[in-house]
Amino acid sequence: MLYNLLSGWRLEKRGTVSQVMMVVVPLLSIVVGLAFAGIFIALTDKNPIDVYLLMLEGAFGSAYGLSETVVKAVPLILCSLAVALAFRMQLWNIGAEGQLYMGAFGATWVALSFPEWPAVLVLPAMAAAGFIAGGIWGLLPAIPRAYFKVNETITTLLMNYIGILWVDYLVYGPWKDPKGLGFPITAPFSEAAILPAFGVTRIHLGLAFALAAVLVLYIVLKYTRWGFEIRVSGESAAAANYAGMNYIKNILLVMFISGGLAGIAGMTEVSGITQRLQHGISPGYGYSAIIIAWLARLHPVAIVLVSVVFGGLLVGGFSIQTSGFPAATVAMLQGAILFFVVGGEIFMQYRLKWVGKGRSA
Amino acid sequence: MEQSIWIAILASGIIAGTPILLAALGEMLTELSGVLNLGVEGMMLVGAVTGFMVALDTGQPWWGLVAAIVAGGLMALIHAFLTITLRANQVVSGLALTIFGTGLSGYIGKSLIGLPLPVTFKPVFLPGLSNIPILGPILFQHDLLVYISYCLVALLWFFLFRMKKGLELRSVGENPSAADLAGINVFVMRYIFVIAGGMLAGMAGAYLSLAYAPSWLENMTAGRGWIAVALVIFATWHPGKAFLGSFLFGTIDVLGFHMQNFGILIPSFFLKMLPYIITIAVLILVTRETKTRRVAAPEALGIPYNREER
Repeated sequence: MLYNLLSGWRLEKRGTVSQVMMVVVPLLSIVVGLAFAGIFIALTDKNPIDVYLLMLEGAFGSAYGLSETVVKAVPLILCSLAVALAFRMQLWNIGAEGQLYMGAFGATWVALSFPEWPAVLVLPAMAAAGFIAGGIWGLLPAIPRAYFKVNETITTLLMNYIGILWVDYLVYGPWKDPKGLGFPITAPFSEAAILPAFGVTRIHLGLAFALAAVLVLYIVLKYTRWGFEIRVSGESAAAANYAGMNYIKNILLVMFISGGLAGIAGMTEVSGITQRLQHGISPGYGYSAIIIAWLARLHPVAIVLVSVVFGGLLVGGFSIQTSGFPAATVAMLQGAILFFVVGGEIFMQYRLKWVGKGRSA
Repeated sequence: MEQSIWIAILASGIIAGTPILLAALGEMLTELSGVLNLGVEGMMLVGAVTGFMVALDTGQPWWGLVAAIVAGGLMALIHAFLTITLRANQVVSGLALTIFGTGLSGYIGKSLIGLPLPVTFKPVFLPGLSNIPILGPILFQHDLLVYISYCLVALLWFFLFRMKKGLELRSVGENPSAADLAGINVFVMRYIFVIAGGMLAGMAGAYLSLAYAPSWLENMTAGRGWIAVALVIFATWHPGKAFLGSFLFGTIDVLGFHMQNFGILIPSFFLKMLPYIITIAVLILVTRETKTRRVAAPEALGIPYNREER
């Protein structure tokens, strides 16, 4: 039976979290996760190795593929930072997807309302509106969480559906471009409202936003008192209160900033990539972010690396779609990877030791 | 408003509520054993696609149902292994299950999108009961799965509150160390009920693809798995209240489509938001309520059991 699979073995607690395992487990998780998902690919009479090679080729095999991987990494970094910040305080914000959509909505509102503004004015205004709109979307479930302990996992997730439906309402309804041939898209943004791109690639200034956010969050979490408060609050609300920290205020603030970061991702997507608001602007960045944050062990710098890998996974996913694979393939791979990440965590804190049969483990 | 329209709305409310009810009953069992499984949405989707595929292949909806139950159970087994044996974080493992299930169902279901299902679960009017005025058409003119869900509510109630095993299950969720000392195998108990929860989620998915829709569509659960997780909290881990809650949600779900008949013109996007908004609102109300009435989640919910730290 699985439950006593470990009998004969003893899990011995390590003195400290194993540094080696902290790197080995996430790396192995990706490999083993792909192997596990490969079983299901093989069941549909496809060779998983061929599929993975095709994905690798698509994502990293050409300059175009590489640049697209970076393009995808931008919203992933921002959403993963959002999720990781909240997770640090043991707040399960799984609403980054909806917060991204609301950020895109806020940014689009500015872009469409002030088409005559110059870039130096409109781009910061769009970023601010995206941050605030996403932030409010994160704050709304934070209020009942802070005051009445309402489970934020469920509320943040349900808010995703509401946010996406709101954007759909706009692009199918009042904001629909009359010249859009009936497609669910708004009118294109003015030149000024488009984030400049580097050279001929689609890599845009949003990358700088993402990297700046990484740096700021890294410093804040590591060197400021507030960063320390978040960590303590995550471990124990009682301890945080005892130490005179305002636990409720911190929940609200963390969720607002978390939502805001995901909102910025929405802004960079509409401003840098689609250059208008449209139906389905995210292929699930907000959900991928949960996996990335966990793989990176909530560390801002590690998030950048993992986001590039996952950006590659998305681009690879697009390139196999031309051979008839559904978009869902990528979600399957991501979910499988996450299984092994969470399952492997025990090996960071414990080591397996053989103690022989007969004694209970 | 004509009475017959209301009866029709309430009757379709029962149908729309059935998948939520089945999934919620499963999640309730899982949570009562002390394990939180946020993978309901993923297990439902895998159940829905497997059920549809097998029903299409065999021409037998019942085989589809069986396959969906097995698939849901297998999905839950992954969660059980990760959280019970490897003591993984239950929230993250559940999320992984949802993401994986969404992807897997989309992957295997790609060729099934839009295919018609020749044989589906058809309504069976229960002799006698279906003729009761008002209640008959609301409750007893449905397909057999709806009746099975009624029976499950009664069975679970009896199991949880009248049987020794049910008491043992609740003790495992409340205080696993004490249950262990009393000779109950906490690990086996948790495995069984996590898997049972997955089987019910699989069945809930099959209800969508074999009776409610009946067809396969990517992400066809549309958040129902999450509403089911919320429902377990509203229902304060009580099967009877889960039935009432799912009926309420089913009715709200279908009410949207009837709004136009009442002359209320609201963009369909807002009507689609309604179940999510109401779920959040009720969750807030109920959480405040339960704090004062002291009916709370199982004490050990979400905490892995480690014998050595007992």
